[in-house]
Amino acid sequence: MYETTYHRPASIDEAAALFAKHPEAKYLAGGHTLIPVMKQRLAAPSDVIDLAKIKDLIGIEATSDALIIKAATTYYDITQSAAAKKAIPAIVHLTSVLGDPAVRYRGTVGGSIANNDPAADYPAAVLALNATIKTNKREIKGDDFFQGLFSTALEEDEIITSVSFPIPAKAGYAKMRHPASRFALTAVFVAQTKSGEVRVAATGASQSGVMRVPAIEAALKANWSAGALDGVKISADGLMGDIHGSAEYRANLIKVMAQRAVDAAG
Amino acid sequence: MGVEGIGARVARKEDKRFITGRGRYVDDVKIVGLTHAHFIRSPHAHAKVKGIDASAAKDMPGVVDVLTAQQLVDDKIGNLICGWAVSSKDGTPMKMGAWPAMAPDTVRFVGQAVAVVIAETKNQAKDAAEAVVVTYEELPAVSSMTAALASGAPQLHPEAPGNVVYDWAIGDEKLTNDAFSKAANVVSLDLTNNRLVPNAMEPRAAVAEYDEAEEHFTLHTTSQNPHVARLVLSAFYNVAQEHKLRVIAPDVGGGFGSKIFIYPEEMVALWASKKVRRPVKWTGDRTEAFLTDAHGRDHISHAEMAFDANNKILGLRVKTHANFGAYMSLFSSSVPTYLYATLLSGQYNIPTIYAEVMGVYTNTTPVDAYRGAGRPEASYLVERLMETSARQLKVDPAELRRLNFVTQFPHQTPVIMAYDIGDFGASLDAALKAIDYAGFPARKAKAKAAGKLRGLGFSCYIEACGIAPSKAVGSLGAGVGLWESAEVRVNPVGTIEVLTGSHSHGQGHETTFAQLVADRLGISVDQVQIVHGDTDKVQFGMGTYGSRSAAVGMSAIFKAMEKVEAKAKKIAAHLLEASEGDIVIENGEFKVAGTDKAIALPMVALAAYTAHNLPDGMEPGLKEGAFYDPTNFTFPAGAYICEVEIDPGTGKTDIVDFVAVDDFGRLINPMIVEGQVHGGLAQGIGQAMLESAIYDDNGQPVTASFMDYAMPRADDVPSFRVSHTTTLCPGNPLGVKGCGEAGAIGSSPAVINAITDALGHNKIEMPATPGRVWEALQLQQAAE
Amino acid sequence: MSTVKLTVNGKSVSATVEDRTLLVHLLRENLNLTGTHVGCDTSQCGACIVHIDGKAVKSCTTLVGQIDGANVTTIEGIAKGDQLHPMQAAFRDNHGLQCGYCTPGMIMSAIDIVNRHAGDLDEETVRHELEGNICRCTGYHNIVKSVLDAAGRMKVAQAAE
Repeated sequence: MYETTYHRPASIDEAAALFAKHPEAKYLAGGHTLIPVMKQRLAAPSDVIDLAKIKDLIGIEATSDALIIKAATTYYDITQSAAAKKAIPAIVHLTSVLGDPAVRYRGTVGGSIANNDPAADYPAAVLALNATIKTNKREIKGDDFFQGLFSTALEEDEIITSVSFPIPAKAGYAKMRHPASRFALTAVFVAQTKSGEVRVAATGASQSGVMRVPAIEAALKANWSAGALDGVKISADGLMGDIHGSAEYRANLIKVMAQRAVDAAG
Repeated sequence: MGVEGIGARVARKEDKRFITGRGRYVDDVKIVGLTHAHFIRSPHAHAKVKGIDASAAKDMPGVVDVLTAQQLVDDKIGNLICGWAVSSKDGTPMKMGAWPAMAPDTVRFVGQAVAVVIAETKNQAKDAAEAVVVTYEELPAVSSMTAALASGAPQLHPEAPGNVVYDWAIGDEKLTNDAFSKAANVVSLDLTNNRLVPNAMEPRAAVAEYDEAEEHFTLHTTSQNPHVARLVLSAFYNVAQEHKLRVIAPDVGGGFGSKIFIYPEEMVALWASKKVRRPVKWTGDRTEAFLTDAHGRDHISHAEMAFDANNKILGLRVKTHANFGAYMSLFSSSVPTYLYATLLSGQYNIPTIYAEVMGVYTNTTPVDAYRGAGRPEASYLVERLMETSARQLKVDPAELRRLNFVTQFPHQTPVIMAYDIGDFGASLDAALKAIDYAGFPARKAKAKAAGKLRGLGFSCYIEACGIAPSKAVGSLGAGVGLWESAEVRVNPVGTIEVLTGSHSHGQGHETTFAQLVADRLGISVDQVQIVHGDTDKVQFGMGTYGSRSAAVGMSAIFKAMEKVEAKAKKIAAHLLEASEGDIVIENGEFKVAGTDKAIALPMVALAAYTAHNLPDGMEPGLKEGAFYDPTNFTFPAGAYICEVEIDPGTGKTDIVDFVAVDDFGRLINPMIVEGQVHGGLAQGIGQAMLESAIYDDNGQPVTASFMDYAMPRADDVPSFRVSHTTTLCPGNPLGVKGCGEAGAIGSSPAVINAITDALGHNKIEMPATPGRVWEALQLQQAAE
Repeated sequence: MSTVKLTVNGKSVSATVEDRTLLVHLLRENLNLTGTHVGCDTSQCGACIVHIDGKAVKSCTTLVGQIDGANVTTIEGIAKGDQLHPMQAAFRDNHGLQCGYCTPGMIMSAIDIVNRHAGDLDEETVRHELEGNICRCTGYHNIVKSVLDAAGRMKVAQAAE
């Protein structure tokens, strides 16, 4: 790791001011994405601005319409949240199969979606539920947020403050884990909104990161059941193929995981 | 004292320091004035080194020096060697390409070192390493054996035309061909034995210190065999003289073979400690482990088995290509030859075998012994072939095996090995019973109803351990003898120290070896201290690998104990005024049989050292040494049965049951033996289902971290059902055979045989990942 | 360089180190607590796990700045004098370790698992929860056994308190 300067601001404004002063800085939340990359010397931030202790960035609340998770809330706290379990149990399930227990103590929702790893779990929930990402500057809809591998609509200096997930009528998440990294080899989040819209997002599968799956959405819209997907054929075009699974295998997993997610959603 | 003697499940003496964080591993060693080394490694699989400019780096903060490969050459430091001479079938010697510890002119695999930065801190060394400018001229690389053997392929070594190390053979070709010409059935199979990375959890490390006044070096290193390291570093690498070099292998965090070898990093650290006149520490990180620890396996084979009309085996024909990587590692030549092809007879009566093995250089990390070393490759080939044969011949796989089992001992195989004893049927019977073989069809049907594919696979493995009779291995080309040494010191107060040439890096020697002493003298294991891993403390010894520490290492202790006891009995007889022949040892006392006259061990020991009243002419003291050279290999064998269920939607395979029945001869500490089996099984299952070291066509490693190389985790493996049958090994005084490698040797074929059973066809290679299993299921559906 | 103050195994500690210093290096190099190990570069193996404010966390993925003011417990700090923690005792009694290198992280992780599940543990849960700890020696069989055994012992110990 290159030498860096660590900062622990007490407020969002202070964090943003620090970033303005140090343009080569990086924000840090749980650190489980940034620190490994810094250890490999693949990132060399002059300054590291730790958001994890900013009180305004921590907390979970549920309204009748939405589950709002503040950006620096840890995965562990989400898995323990009665409000989250009641509002969107699929999100709690997703969180419980993400990383490992030590990672869940540190990792945060904001960190996960800001990084937009193509095999990360949270982007699937954000996209499937078309969550609203609130930053210190604006609000961004899930549909507009993810822009390809490790790329998002965020500006360099922008801080995610919370993510608001609309509470769906039904939602489920099913994940096939990557045998080595334990990220998603392919995982699918299915949701039926209260207005009856069906949205399905797959992570780990596409070469360009998290993606919607229109063929599955159409089939589930017509008939919300795992069996409705039996005849659906997912194209392997544009999907990742590597030593852990071919594009065709991932195409199959999109369907199978969608079926299992529907079963889980009930 | 049966409680802590042979056969008792004694909790490990060494555990206290490990569970309290007080283990002492190499990286824990701190010395005043310590500097830190960081190696500059080639990013190319094959390139000329055109120049190294370290001038800027030398001026960076904390930098002590930057040393380059040319300086090693200038100081006449020797090249790495392969210590086992194997000749091709035409009689020509193996072709060993020169392997300098740092490459002065050509790099041949990604990760090969060209220079080293020595600095006050590890971070400063890494910072400065980025300022060292190495100019490379890239050369075309070969990353697979197929590419290396193609005509016009890039050549790695001028010494090895065609990238061939050797073209070796064993057995009688004509006799074997004749057997095939008479066969009623021939079953053939193409197999890949995937390349593995050992991944002991402790990365390799070295701390080197030079004492200028004494011209003496001390090296702390992660070694399974510190004396062999000292010998090689002095006799071949010319880094230090043997009597001026102390090698200490303290607590070592796992080895699995990868810490047998003497690597460039410890050579360079030693040499550098004298050059910079400061102690030097190098601790590898996991990426360096992936790039530079010797890998394992990596065979491609074609195998054919001939059967008569009654399903008796007539012969076996094998052609194997073995990937050596870019250089010949220390014992690499022996692994795909004498440790592999000599086990191709398996547990079976095979009248004739002919096996050819071609060793091949590629621009990849060198390959050498990894847990099992050659024997897993042999058992995988034989047991896949037996299962495939049973299916093709439409015979029950257990019955085909039973029909061909060796049942008379000793048994001379056609490939050197002479099996001394065994009862293969007993292990198979026990395994069949444990798994409830008769109930399998019902379980399969039930799984099918639930949408799952269930399969069952066997593996009846045999291996050769207790490595090895020195004269025999010498005649096969080994550069060293493979005996072991021991010294038993009874202290004046009656406590005992045992100095052993074996090395424990997880095996629990401090407990099992103490149990032997406790058993013989009837004392507590707490009165016995096992000393190992330090060339200044312990007499020359050969170390731990090849499941040899019980069969060879403990046999040496046994011999030394016999000498100690004989002398102690003489002293006791003298003090008790009895006849030496009447003295028996019980509960820590020397007793006159049939009387109540006795003297305690501490009193005998004290008498030995005060020497006031010893038998006439007896030397004072109570300390004896012994060397034990085995007369044969030992032959652990067993029957493993794996039962799997495949989820056809994802291709994910779950091991729903795994039964292992092993015959290791006498068990010293069954708890530790079971632990060895568990660990071996997980590594074999890892090979079968998860692990694979992959290179792209340019020789770039694709799997150089745990993010890409799938290590078995707790939820990848089941709880195992482990049991034993016993035939005592006649070749050593303890009747032990060795248990360290069996699990890794026997398990991978059982897993793949179970998966192919569930699939209904044979078209799957290791590792059978969910993706591959799913693809294999599509093949089957396409066929239907 | 920054000065961090924290409590390690019940003792107040202050150290002035580079900001890039990871907790594991502070423990090993500055405080000579070498029981915490490094087994990988990718935050996966868990050999470095310690407790920060009672939670099992990977010290190889924690900058010292992040834990300024925190309460850290390492493998060296869980026994009470000569009395082993029930998890340590269970690992010894069930042969839950071989080379010992992953063991400190395993034990720290395992204590956290039992704490979170309050005695409500089965084999499957333990195996899933050990996802972030890699062992190459034991095949996990006896580690799982140790954790389940310790869960019972910790329940008894808690009831007694």
